[in-house]
Amino acid sequence: MSVEKKGPSSWDVLFAGFWRENPVFVMLLGACPTLAVTNNVINCFAMGISVLFVLVMSGILISLLRNFIPKQVRIASFIVVIATFVTIVDYVIPTISLDLYDSLGAFIQLIVVNCIILGRAEACASRNGVGRAILDAIGMGVGFTIALLCLGVVREVLGNGTLLMNTPYEISLFGANFEPWSIMILPPGGFFVLGMELLVINWFRKRKEARALATAKA
Amino acid sequence: MSTEARPLIIGSSPHIRVRQSVPDIMFHVCLALVPVVVFSVWTFGISALLLIMTTVIACVATEHVSCRIAGKATTIGDWSVTVTGLILGLTLPPATPLWMAVLGSIFGVAITKSLFGGLGYNCFNPALVGRAFLQIAFPITLTTWTPPNLVGRFASVLPSTLTMPFMRSDGEALQAYVQRALEAGGVDGWSGATPLSLWKFSETPQFEELPRLFMGSIAGSAGETATWLIILGGAYLIVRNMMNWRIPVGMLLSAFLLSGAFWLSDKSAYPSPMFMLFSGGLMFGAVFMASDMVASPMTTSGVWIYGFFIGIVTVVIRIFGALPEGVMFAILLGNAVSPLITSATQPRTYGLVRQKNG
Repeated sequence: MSVEKKGPSSWDVLFAGFWRENPVFVMLLGACPTLAVTNNVINCFAMGISVLFVLVMSGILISLLRNFIPKQVRIASFIVVIATFVTIVDYVIPTISLDLYDSLGAFIQLIVVNCIILGRAEACASRNGVGRAILDAIGMGVGFTIALLCLGVVREVLGNGTLLMNTPYEISLFGANFEPWSIMILPPGGFFVLGMELLVINWFRKRKEARALATAKA
Repeated sequence: MSTEARPLIIGSSPHIRVRQSVPDIMFHVCLALVPVVVFSVWTFGISALLLIMTTVIACVATEHVSCRIAGKATTIGDWSVTVTGLILGLTLPPATPLWMAVLGSIFGVAITKSLFGGLGYNCFNPALVGRAFLQIAFPITLTTWTPPNLVGRFASVLPSTLTMPFMRSDGEALQAYVQRALEAGGVDGWSGATPLSLWKFSETPQFEELPRLFMGSIAGSAGETATWLIILGGAYLIVRNMMNWRIPVGMLLSAFLLSGAFWLSDKSAYPSPMFMLFSGGLMFGAVFMASDMVASPMTTSGVWIYGFFIGIVTVVIRIFGALPEGVMFAILLGNAVSPLITSATQPRTYGLVRQKNG
């Protein structure tokens, strides 16, 4: 690391998005797909990978073009770049699995307006070099996927009694007599689970901060 | 009288106070619910007893634990959570598996009450939210009814009551059990429906006779069937000035008027207004749930609007909705709009002149 660079190290940039600055649990961005598609694990995974791909590719392109995009029209330019990669994803997913594409519905196209991607383009990619933009995009994309899986696992286990449903690797956790909580598959379940997970995460964070403060005083 | 100097207490009005506290009121609500509980156990047997005991214990335990987690003194002594548990147990079908009852209790008390700051801060009635959660999570189980006055109801529990946690309740075993008990009592068959769903989902609408609705020898949730005992309990609370009588009266009046209008338009398709009042959970909801002090508006005119709103929504859901019973969702909607009603019906402050708009 050179001396004049005062910003965070590359590792910090990469790992910030995983947990410490997690886009869903800490910044509360991108709540629309978070609540809408997390009713089973495979949907979460597909949505997470799609967002990761769009984040990385648009991050690279915007970072390369950052000196050519006029400040006044930058948001519109970012959207055009993002929409290009979303269109690619929108064509690729149905060739992999049509069922998956149907169950994700309009939310693939809606990645265009996902605040995480536009936010990272504005906050990171348009101000940093390609290397740092890629690291940041990977961190945020993986963090988003982790958050979706945190919701999806709870909702699928309670709402259907399985893991990885609609795939060849489906695991039944409770046997055939499980009574599914259908509310978990429905939209209210997304709100309840996100709320409870935020509660737990913030509770632990507050406790950690309070302890750090106590040890600092002592 | 002694002539010693006594401190002269000077305070602002009111000078005459009623010694009425929250624990006091809640205790009397429990008292008013006791006859309903006894009747419920009498008609539905030990399954209902187990169900109500489970919800009460689970609600009290949840309140205690969440107070401990929040670092507050426990508030289980003020009887309010006991009322919540009793009401939740009484609004569930008698054949509800106990693990679901526990889940509903935890959800209702922890999420609706404790997370919002405890008694006085809950914007919804906790028992109703617990029941609504269960209704949406387990729609089939929560609409599985058992007939009242089964033979042997004090000797054995319904097979679904003791279902293992997270497991499906065995509907066929329950049906077989009910069939055996009915035959032992000399009854051949039973439609497996409440009077409301008989009216709504039959080919030709069937109307249960009013005396049976009034006396409670019908299928339904554990505590909603005995209309006469619910009215008695409500009257007791009103006489003791522990409940705002305008809420149940407004609710029942609006339901009566609206369903009466439908009934007059077509007497073969729509039930009579008295059927509307005595069937389902309308009476129980009006007396014990809509009148929740925290979740209802605070102004007198607001309370009338609130009661009328719930009554109308109930009848609209019953007649046009997909569910046969709409009281629960109507009261929750009423709870949701009650802060708005309170702020829209603020009385004029004494001495101020209301300004004309424009």
